[in-house]
Amino acid sequence: MEASTVSLKEARREGMRRSWYRFSRSNVAIVGLVGVLLTIVLAIFAPLIAPYPQHASAFVDYENAMVPPSRAYLLGSDPSGRDILSRIIFATRGALKMGIGVLAAVVPLGVVVGLIAGYHSGSAIGVIIMRITDIFLAVPPLLLALAVSAVLKPNLFNAMMAVSISWWPWYTRLVYSMVCSIKNEFYTQAAELTGASKSHIMFREILPNCLPPILTKMTLDIGFVILLGASLSFVGLGEQPPTPALGTMVADGAKYMPQQWWVAVFPGLAIMFIVLCFNLLGDGVRDTLSTEEV
Amino acid sequence: MRKTWSSMLLRRLLQSILVLIGVSILIFGISRMVPGDPARMALGPRTPEWAVENLRKQLNLDKPLPVQYGLWLLKMLRGDLGESLVTRRLVNDDLRDFLPATAELIVVAAIIEIIGGILLGVFAARYSQTWFDGFTRVLAYLGVATPSFVWAIIFLLIFSFAWPILPATGRLSAGIITPPRITGMIVLDGILSGNFAAAWDCLLHLILPAISLAMYGVAQSARITRASMIENMERDSVYAHAAAGVPRRVIMTKYVLKPSLIPTVSVMALDIVAMAGNAFLVEMIFNYPGLSRYGMTAMLNKDLNAIVAVILILGLCFVVVNIIVDFIVALLDPRVAHYGGV
Amino acid sequence: MANTILNVDGLHVGYRVYGGTLKVLDGIRLVMDAGEKIAVVGETGCGKTTTMKSIMGILPRQAVIRKGQINFKGRNLLTPGTEARGMRTIRPKGVSMVFQDPIAALNPVFTVGQQLSDVIKYSRGQTKQLSKQSVRDAAIEVLKLSALPDPERILTNYPFQLSGGMRQRVCIAMALSTAGDLLIADEPTTNLDVTIQDQVLRLIRNLVEEQGMSLALVTHSLGVARQMTDRIYIMYAGTMVEVAPTEGLFDKPFHPYTKGLLGSVPKLTGEGIGLGIPGRIPDYLKPPAGCRFYPRCEEALPECKDNKPELYDVGGGHRVACFLYR
Repeated sequence: MEASTVSLKEARREGMRRSWYRFSRSNVAIVGLVGVLLTIVLAIFAPLIAPYPQHASAFVDYENAMVPPSRAYLLGSDPSGRDILSRIIFATRGALKMGIGVLAAVVPLGVVVGLIAGYHSGSAIGVIIMRITDIFLAVPPLLLALAVSAVLKPNLFNAMMAVSISWWPWYTRLVYSMVCSIKNEFYTQAAELTGASKSHIMFREILPNCLPPILTKMTLDIGFVILLGASLSFVGLGEQPPTPALGTMVADGAKYMPQQWWVAVFPGLAIMFIVLCFNLLGDGVRDTLSTEEV
Repeated sequence: MRKTWSSMLLRRLLQSILVLIGVSILIFGISRMVPGDPARMALGPRTPEWAVENLRKQLNLDKPLPVQYGLWLLKMLRGDLGESLVTRRLVNDDLRDFLPATAELIVVAAIIEIIGGILLGVFAARYSQTWFDGFTRVLAYLGVATPSFVWAIIFLLIFSFAWPILPATGRLSAGIITPPRITGMIVLDGILSGNFAAAWDCLLHLILPAISLAMYGVAQSARITRASMIENMERDSVYAHAAAGVPRRVIMTKYVLKPSLIPTVSVMALDIVAMAGNAFLVEMIFNYPGLSRYGMTAMLNKDLNAIVAVILILGLCFVVVNIIVDFIVALLDPRVAHYGGV
Repeated sequence: MANTILNVDGLHVGYRVYGGTLKVLDGIRLVMDAGEKIAVVGETGCGKTTTMKSIMGILPRQAVIRKGQINFKGRNLLTPGTEARGMRTIRPKGVSMVFQDPIAALNPVFTVGQQLSDVIKYSRGQTKQLSKQSVRDAAIEVLKLSALPDPERILTNYPFQLSGGMRQRVCIAMALSTAGDLLIADEPTTNLDVTIQDQVLRLIRNLVEEQGMSLALVTHSLGVARQMTDRIYIMYAGTMVEVAPTEGLFDKPFHPYTKGLLGSVPKLTGEGIGLGIPGRIPDYLKPPAGCRFYPRCEEALPECKDNKPELYDVGGGHRVACFLYR
């Protein structure tokens, strides 16, 4: 009874406060959040933070090539004498662009296709769309991305496209299965009975109820997409030199293992750190948004 | 019961064929996405136009796309993967040389994933909230956050530098006689031909790359196994059996384990197929003579026939693995066999 | 006086959750004599199942037994454990349980035969090795006892191939096969059709009487309790508020909660719906300091707010936890 006196806005604010409370109770999620924020700050302010910003391009200083980690070069220097720490800081830009760009392309596409398929489930359109997703999911994402980016010109944009091509079906699947169940809920049927339009039902009645799992999947996916991007750049399909990319740095450094280990190991650990933080954050978001109380 | 099984098999086979046809269209599409003219690219810019035209005719590039696809598919079905535009050898021959090494690596990695993932998950659930559970949790987080090639770098650093107990690169040590080629997988060939020294040496060489490749899957399947074990441990049926005096050991290894493996198996299958892509990267770090160098050359040179062949074979593997998984799941879960599929 | 088989005294059980501990059971007392049939009646969420699971020693991991004693056949089932995790339980021998949900109470991926024979093997085979054939015979025997047709076929079936009523009979067979002194039935008919409910209840009563077992029936239906049992415990929010011989309780309920409960039973004669009890079960995170029914009680006294009432004897084996009857 008291609920009716509380405005919708306040209720929403209270809900957000409660979500934040639950999120902040998880130490792991906070670690993830801090790590992700750190990565973003590094990427944005790279020229200000990096000790040698000029080393992020085609800089050559053979005098100081292959310097082990020292005070001048905290994480050592590479065969061209460039500071590895500076290059890692600049490379976070590519990694974040990869994660954000791919999701920005994949989520709207996958969701809309999934909505259409789910709304027409049972009819030919739905069946055809879902069979098409089966086909895309039959090839492992890394392999499909490798193949696509192999036939295209190697650059970051094409790598993003390649990952997107292998990734949209997951969102279509997720939304499809949700729509199939929400379609039969009473509130959807009630909207249908009152004569609401198809697009109103799809976007105003069904879509808002799909959002929490979509959001959860996005935060859980972003780490994996960054990992895929790093794998592509490892084989040279991604950001092209002299722009630094974490995967490329590992691949180049692998030649100097194990004597000049720092060239490959630190970029590798950077990938691990970025992906780990995004995954921890994703887990936190999932626990916050999941409806079951623990 | 048998009848439902055979009808399930038939249904799955039909579905798989549809998926394979779809995959072939997808691959064909990718191979035509390439900007520029494959014939021109293969011959180089200085070749006269008439020669390019000839090759174009030879490759059917002058016909409409659906016809091209049909002709291409027919060729594939005959098992003719065409000629590599770079090595000028038949792709079939190239694959016969390079595929077994990669297959061997994936098989060992898959075994590590299955045993490691399930054992870790089961013990983490059995001893939940202990140090072992915490260890598994950390391992699971790191495992899924780290690409296989970074694990490869880390293991290489540890085992060839800090603690050299395992061979780190290559496939066989110097001085070991390669066993006669039967399957192309040296471990198997060595055992078949009685050359156990070679089999053992090759296995030692496989350990580091295989673990690097398996880390992601081990982490993921350990996490899933643990979660579903714990969920199943809290079921009334488990309490009912415990109340009747069935010992904990029997409950855990029989009544909890079996239903808990159902989700694990499906995830593992996806991981194992996905290893094919990652095997490329791991092989490069360990200098392992598998498909990677071939595939990389193919990719950098836009060698379409070779790329298409590799993906097609892996698509086929995926379909086969999926059918196997469906059967394992049906064995584990009688409801699936009864209702005919998930 | 018959000899006491089960004695639960001052049992406090909580559940650790995100925001603290849910203090569910608050000093439960429950005494059963050999061969006696009792019912524990209360609303959903009042701790009936928690009480029974404590006796069985099968509380979920989040549960903490803070204080109390459980004696079964003269043996204490609770031993002191660590401070944080509460007391540890010993699983009693000779108690079996029928669960509320027969779907969850059978393992979905094993046949009835596999499950039943393990139960028989481990509950009886402790002393002597049983042959496969004798385990199978025993399994068929208990299925027959539970009035299941064609027991040989049922042994080869998976739970999902059986109807709800049949599944519950299988559960009863499983409980019977352990041949205990006490059968706990936790709302055994809640998930069944009305027509099947009666059959299952009758089956339980007959079997208990034939085997000379005691029965603890958990239910939220006063009608079922009246039909099945000799004595009724009324539970409210983790406390026992009234104990009485079955007929005595229906003749003259004392506790305000019991009166309200009896008043809310819809009559088939169509006299209209009773008043019910306004309000709802208290928050277990912060339960009332005194009588837990105090916030909803219309006859509350000042002392109810801060003091917990004991069970006061009102004669005829009838005891009430209410300051009105001191």
